[in-house]
Amino acid sequence: MQAYAIYALKRLAQFVLVVFIGINLAYLISHATPIDPVEQTVSAATSFGNASPEAILMMRASLRELYGLEGGAVSQYAAFWRRVLVGDFGPSLSAFPTPVSTLIGRALPWTVGLLSVSTCLAFALGNLLGGLAGYFRESRILKLAGIAAMAVHPIPYYIVAFVLLIVFGYLWPVLPISGGYRINTPWGWNAEFVLSVVTHAILPVASLVLVGVGGWFMGMRSLVSNIVSEDYVVYAELAGVSRGRILGAYVMRNALAPQVTGLAMSLGSIFNGAIITEQVFGYPGIGTLLIQAVHAGDYSLVIGIASVSIVAVSVAVLIIDLLYPLLDPRVKVA
Amino acid sequence: MFTVLRDLLRYRTEFRFGAILTGFIAAFAALSLVSPYPPHDQFVVPPDLPPSWSYWFGTTSRGQDVFWQLTFAIRNTMLFGLSVAVLSRLVSVAIGMWSGYKGGIVDRLLMSVNDTFIVIPLFPLLVLFYFVLRDRMSWPLLALAMASLGWAYDARLIRAVALSLSSREFTQQCVFSGMRTREIVFQEHLPYVLPIVFYTTMNNMNWSIGLEVTLSVLGFTDIDTPTVGVMIYWANQHTALVAGVWWWVFFPVLFVMILFIGLFLLAISTNEYIDPRSRLARMGGVSG
Repeated sequence: MQAYAIYALKRLAQFVLVVFIGINLAYLISHATPIDPVEQTVSAATSFGNASPEAILMMRASLRELYGLEGGAVSQYAAFWRRVLVGDFGPSLSAFPTPVSTLIGRALPWTVGLLSVSTCLAFALGNLLGGLAGYFRESRILKLAGIAAMAVHPIPYYIVAFVLLIVFGYLWPVLPISGGYRINTPWGWNAEFVLSVVTHAILPVASLVLVGVGGWFMGMRSLVSNIVSEDYVVYAELAGVSRGRILGAYVMRNALAPQVTGLAMSLGSIFNGAIITEQVFGYPGIGTLLIQAVHAGDYSLVIGIASVSIVAVSVAVLIIDLLYPLLDPRVKVA
Repeated sequence: MFTVLRDLLRYRTEFRFGAILTGFIAAFAALSLVSPYPPHDQFVVPPDLPPSWSYWFGTTSRGQDVFWQLTFAIRNTMLFGLSVAVLSRLVSVAIGMWSGYKGGIVDRLLMSVNDTFIVIPLFPLLVLFYFVLRDRMSWPLLALAMASLGWAYDARLIRAVALSLSSREFTQQCVFSGMRTREIVFQEHLPYVLPIVFYTTMNNMNWSIGLEVTLSVLGFTDIDTPTVGVMIYWANQHTALVAGVWWWVFFPVLFVMILFIGLFLLAISTNEYIDPRSRLARMGGVSG
């Protein structure tokens, strides 16, 4: 138990480091550039009509306060951290006066749902097929599956989502291509609403799974084909242990540990993919909100989403890290 | 190095395919040098024409020839990927080799910073970067930003190779014979690290091109420099798919997909080639 505590403390320190560096990067990008977001917003707002100089001055002052750009560098930096730690990023400019945190809170469940379902599916499918392909090397079907997974894998999320959108939106319109549920469907745990949520999620999930599966497939296949030649596997085969048991309990069980480490490592890029996919399908999550915020020039919302994304991904990685010893009991003292 | 390339071309089908696909795209990009139209000119040809003998890939709603426009787009996209890859290689080779050679506390510190950069979701940060720069966003700035954010994963791979090298006997020999650290790392270790640098370069190009396409399609880059993403962006702005101008979208998507698969095949076949375990398997040392 003490060994686990040390391990958990180390992972916790890593989590703090990730959040620290990530938020500092966000601060650096948003503050160290020569462009003043307040002036940007003011010029964007005044370009549509004639505003009196007094109104512009008032607007400038209130925006400075709103964005936490008052005072010197140190107090700005402190204000930035306070916002992140409290989770209060001020009111959104494009949906004034709704707080940014409310908007993010509304969008976050969609992203978390999309991301967790598609990541679990891709991980399970890729590892299962990859394990089979590594163990039964002569199988034609598995070789074909490998080639298919490898062909889709290097293509970026956007392109895959876009192709699916064209195929199922224009060429063969059977699935809904936009939104998270059917409009005008009453919210609740009834069959109609749940069904509309599921059908709307099919295409976004499918594009994330299509891209994701290849990586797990190839990783698992090469791990398994190395483990297969280990002495203990050969011994088990000679001793007449059934092939299913060898593959499941002897080979893939051991190969799973590095794959889970890989999952923690690649969560950031999977998150990037989810954001982009959401935007393609107009899914009401963080990604769509982020793009809308950029188009609307909503500074506090963009900062809020960037910070929340960093913290959310780090938390997910921390959870995987903390659960990892369950899978790999060798991690006593890392 | 050249014999390795020759062997790869001769014996690895994946490498051959990758080289053919990437070479085809590179040759296509080279055609931009003989383009009859400058990349920024509009309405040089009749708009919205489907593919035909005179306009192979059709024409856009902005009166541009898709074929020649695409040569510029592919060229810029490839150059972008290459510059990000080369720039970030400087960081990842330095960090990876230093961390692997030194080991101990230096290694642990560098690797936790490294893992941080792997975990942080970069897309929101790049969007934020565009958001504060807006119209001043340019191609070199984006390349610089992506290079300074995207070195971490490769540094980890390079570090693994350097770590195994540092415990080899010849390294001990070098240390005892009085070579300086810099000499050992650059003269003795670098040749062993180069194959994995090549592998990570291909991977990094795929990564950076993918992000560039994504950011451009959303309009979050300099939308006046033609790249593949910018072409799709303008096609979307003119609602090309709804208007039935499918060739404006189809050819950029097709060509960039060929490029991705080509680079990816080059990368994985080199990686398999340099991986000692699969090398053993090839020599028949491991029964399958």
